[in-house]
Amino acid sequence: MAGVAGGGGGGNDFQWCFSQVKGAIDEDVAEADIISTVEFNYSGDLLATGDKGGRVVIFQREQEIQYVFCLRAWMLHACTQPYAGMQLGSIESSAMQNKSRPHSRGEYNVYSTFQSHEPEFDYLKSLEIEEKINKIRWLPQQNAAHFLLSTNDKTIKLWKISERDKRAEGYNLKDEDGRLRDPFRITALRVPILKPMDLMVEASPRRIFANAHTYHINSISVNSDHETYLSADDLRINLWHLEITDRSFNIVDIKPANMEELTEVITAAEFHPHHCNVFVYSSSKGTIRLCDMRSSALCDRHSKFFEEPEDPSSRSFFSEIISSISDVKFSHSGRYMMTRDYLSVKVWDLNMENRPVETYQVHEYLRSKLCSLYENDCIFDKFECCWNGSDSAIMTGSYNNFFRMFDRNTRRDITLEASRESSKPRAILKPRKVCTGGKRKKDEISVDSLDFNKKILHTAWHPTENIIAVAATNNLYIFQDKIN
Amino acid sequence: MGEEEGLRQAQLLDTMFVRGLKRKCFDGEEDIEGTLAGFKAIPSYNLQRQSLLDMSLVKLQLCHMLVEPNLCRSVLIANTVRQIQEEMTQDGTWQMINTQNAGHASLDRLVSTDILCRSSREQTEAKHSPGYSTFPKDFEETQSQDSSEIMSAVSSGQAPRNLQSNMWEMESPQENRGNFQKSLDQIFETLENKSPNSVEDLFSEVDSSYYDLDTMLTGMMSNTKMGHCDVLETFPSQTTTNSNSNCKSDLNELDHIVEILVES
Repeated sequence: MAGVAGGGGGGNDFQWCFSQVKGAIDEDVAEADIISTVEFNYSGDLLATGDKGGRVVIFQREQEIQYVFCLRAWMLHACTQPYAGMQLGSIESSAMQNKSRPHSRGEYNVYSTFQSHEPEFDYLKSLEIEEKINKIRWLPQQNAAHFLLSTNDKTIKLWKISERDKRAEGYNLKDEDGRLRDPFRITALRVPILKPMDLMVEASPRRIFANAHTYHINSISVNSDHETYLSADDLRINLWHLEITDRSFNIVDIKPANMEELTEVITAAEFHPHHCNVFVYSSSKGTIRLCDMRSSALCDRHSKFFEEPEDPSSRSFFSEIISSISDVKFSHSGRYMMTRDYLSVKVWDLNMENRPVETYQVHEYLRSKLCSLYENDCIFDKFECCWNGSDSAIMTGSYNNFFRMFDRNTRRDITLEASRESSKPRAILKPRKVCTGGKRKKDEISVDSLDFNKKILHTAWHPTENIIAVAATNNLYIFQDKIN
Repeated sequence: MGEEEGLRQAQLLDTMFVRGLKRKCFDGEEDIEGTLAGFKAIPSYNLQRQSLLDMSLVKLQLCHMLVEPNLCRSVLIANTVRQIQEEMTQDGTWQMINTQNAGHASLDRLVSTDILCRSSREQTEAKHSPGYSTFPKDFEETQSQDSSEIMSAVSSGQAPRNLQSNMWEMESPQENRGNFQKSLDQIFETLENKSPNSVEDLFSEVDSSYYDLDTMLTGMMSNTKMGHCDVLETFPSQTTTNSNSNCKSDLNELDHIVEILVES
């Protein structure tokens, strides 16, 4: 059964296989362990997750071809003669052949774990501030250390994750165990030497951006200039400089003078991947506004306004609620953007404001259940969506631990499930199908049997390869493609 | 609402009324045959709409828990309420509600957000259970006004602040919170809910905000957070009541309402 093509695989049939699952197997899920955000870094070597307990766990992909790089480096250093140059070529090619081992892909293992946010209490309002990590965004790597931004409802923090694998020994002023030496006892001087030690990964908070949001932060987005970023709450969007924590610029403010007139809130915001002056924000009324920061300091007037006209035949009391956009993501190319509302995913061309260019139904069978979903609050679930590296496929989550992928070129779609049952190493994922009515075929699941507590809200796609991370409550599933 | 969808929703709401929401709405599909057989008339669109309105108002009331409410959710629910009320005013069904008022006095208590969300000033001024009974009077006055003002009329005849402002305004939350707690306390009393944990402490009638802070810190920090749904779910697990209820007379009707709205 053909899967959905991602990456550069034009026309190649491939299937998704289980790779790993992280997290406890217990039926009783501790609320603090529920994963609330998943994000690959720019290279895809690091995968970060945040949870409701305020913790961040970073996984690193193991380097399975590391030895090839070492060998090549040695050869490049060693040879200076033309004869050696020819040899270099042959040795290199044989060494490189070992790289393509389809059955052995780099696994993600825990790299670092730290407590990013703690629960706080707002004494002024007598309200708790949850420590739940709403979003994590990586910064592009500029040196050996890795930086990421993590945010809860009120505070954004810049974390530096660095490795330490050497230790200095032979200090003059202190002993090996750290005690200060008596200066009078020092008779000779020595130069401390660096000795290798077990790898230690340290996470330290470098900046804390606080007290700028009255309402709950729902998005952060790093600008393409790598110097600034935006943070959006329900009514306002602020622009920060990564180096400056005591000031931020308010660039969008939709708070009405009279709060009684409030009918719309900001639900998501993102910077354009290439144009550092452009960003978009989505609303609870299903609209997207694109703003250009060059036009004015306060971007209350949008440059572009994206809204699809409502279909009058499907109007109901729930129309507005299901049109509320829960996530907006630019394509890597910067030419398109994707929005997720309750029942569908839409791809918009930035040059066309009056309707999306593509619409994909995620779980249309829920349309007849909207009243129940309103009653149990599921209708307010905020699903995210993501692009693959080449923008040819998109992915989003659903209920019953199902997630959906759509191939934009072939128009094929597939429903897969993140479950322990199909968690054997390299087991191929079987496509799932929801039966909407009439006779239920074998292997199909009926709408009424769906588990609405098992929702996949957060998914992430590796920036260049066909590796996906899917958060199912407290478990993180990693799936990879298997090329036939 | 499309007819098909309207009927479907009716079926779902149907099970609510008949079964008292003991099973989840979306599980009720299988039971529809059985329930419809024993149910003579399919509820009217008006009844569905009214149920949706009631459900929405309850959701709004339970927004204010210990963590700041989700503004997006509140706005969406409020918009739904407004939409229903707009439609109802166009239909002229506001008047109908008055006639049903006698048998649903306790329903007013539960769903009248003006009682719950008004500030103390206004509460002393306004009469008790104004609820829907003020609608006919206000209806003519407000017919020509826009929707936000209709909302004001619904919430409270004279009070300047309406449902929404009390929800959104975090600027003077202490006042809101205190009043809200008081009002919620009335409801909780009548529902005979005394769960042994912090809920009781939280909604006690002690006025001093300092004490509230204290109970918040001691009572809540160690307990699991009560989401809005959790509170509903703790209702069935009550013990004996030991406070005087002001509304014992409404208790039976209130029980009925709670049964409908709460999954036991």
